[in-house]
Amino acid sequence: MSRKPLVREVPPTTWYFRHPRYLRYMSREVTSIFVGAYCVLLVVGLQSLSSGEAAWEDFLMALRSPASIAFQFLALIATVYHAATWFNATQKAMPLQIGEDFVAGNIISGAHYVAWAVLSVGVLIIAGVF
Amino acid sequence: MSNSLPRSQPPLAAPNGGAVASLGRPGGNNERLVQLEVLRYNPDTDTEAHFQHYEVMCQEEWVVLDALNKIKADIDPTLNYRWSCHMAVCGSCGMMINGEPKLSCHAFLRSYEGVIRVEPLTHFPVERDLVTAPDDFMEKLKRVKPYLIPKETKAVSEGEYKQTPAQLMKFRQYSMCINCMLCYAACPEYGLTPSFIGPAALTLAHRYNIDSRDGGRKERQEVVATHEGVWECTFVGACSEVCPAHVDPASALQQMKITSSIDWIVEHLIPGGKS
Repeated sequence: MSRKPLVREVPPTTWYFRHPRYLRYMSREVTSIFVGAYCVLLVVGLQSLSSGEAAWEDFLMALRSPASIAFQFLALIATVYHAATWFNATQKAMPLQIGEDFVAGNIISGAHYVAWAVLSVGVLIIAGVF
Repeated sequence: MSNSLPRSQPPLAAPNGGAVASLGRPGGNNERLVQLEVLRYNPDTDTEAHFQHYEVMCQEEWVVLDALNKIKADIDPTLNYRWSCHMAVCGSCGMMINGEPKLSCHAFLRSYEGVIRVEPLTHFPVERDLVTAPDDFMEKLKRVKPYLIPKETKAVSEGEYKQTPAQLMKFRQYSMCINCMLCYAACPEYGLTPSFIGPAALTLAHRYNIDSRDGGRKERQEVVATHEGVWECTFVGACSEVCPAHVDPASALQQMKITSSIDWIVEHLIPGGKS
């Protein structure tokens, strides 16, 4: 008897509507756009800094515009979400075995959150915020 | 001493479709009418699949597989599906149940409300009704060499390849895979890029790679550390969410990405380095 298997195609552009977990995944991936855009903003800032005081002042002025503030707010939320998904993933990517037992996943992720907080405070101290 | 009979015995569908009596009492307190929409496809007569509606009296404690067995025994002997152990061990009865890859022997009817939609595992060709063709998975499984390739071959007279409990625990979780293919049905990358080796096969490669007795990692890397291998994985994580054996394929694949990256750095960026 010959086989005639039925192939059911995956919709190439709408597949992520099939399940909430795929939407969560896509939302994580979309945050990369904000992370990337903010990196571009930092590069533009460095460029204006190297171009002289006037260019730097113009850049700072542009940062204060309502559209810029709205973007920075969205970028902050997206970056925090992106970072959280990254830190939560560390327990899968870097399991720590001591003897026969594995260190609990939330300790591995938690250690990354603590390191994140310590480094952020360090950066803020260097920036003269405190 | 024999155990007492369970309160109700799910029906067993005979292969020839003959009805097998159910011990469930019609109209009993713990019975309810369950509605199922089952995807049907007959390769001899159909060009497309279609849903067929069934209503079947089921015991409260039954699983979806019991309902399918009841349908096959009492209502429609032409319904096709695979199953064997009825205890989430054999991995044969994987299906999409309300859009979620599940072992049908592990999907309790009481967990669902309304019409239960039952489809064959997605991302696999449908042979007939709920039966899918696992050929692609089997082929990929072979390619990752999922067996022990000893570091040093020993004569039988030299004794076993010994291992400490800690060395065993390092890979034990990844050896629990029952090849049910639910992770392939959950993985959108496999659906979109069928050449992807996929979660279960790659996880088995990892299982042997981290086995202290194994020396076959380099051979497996030819398949693992490629675009079709771990680098096709974008860490959706669905494989681990649906795995009935708690194998956590997503963790295995992320660990393989790290070791493959270290290989690349050693080989390309360190003078004289060899992976």
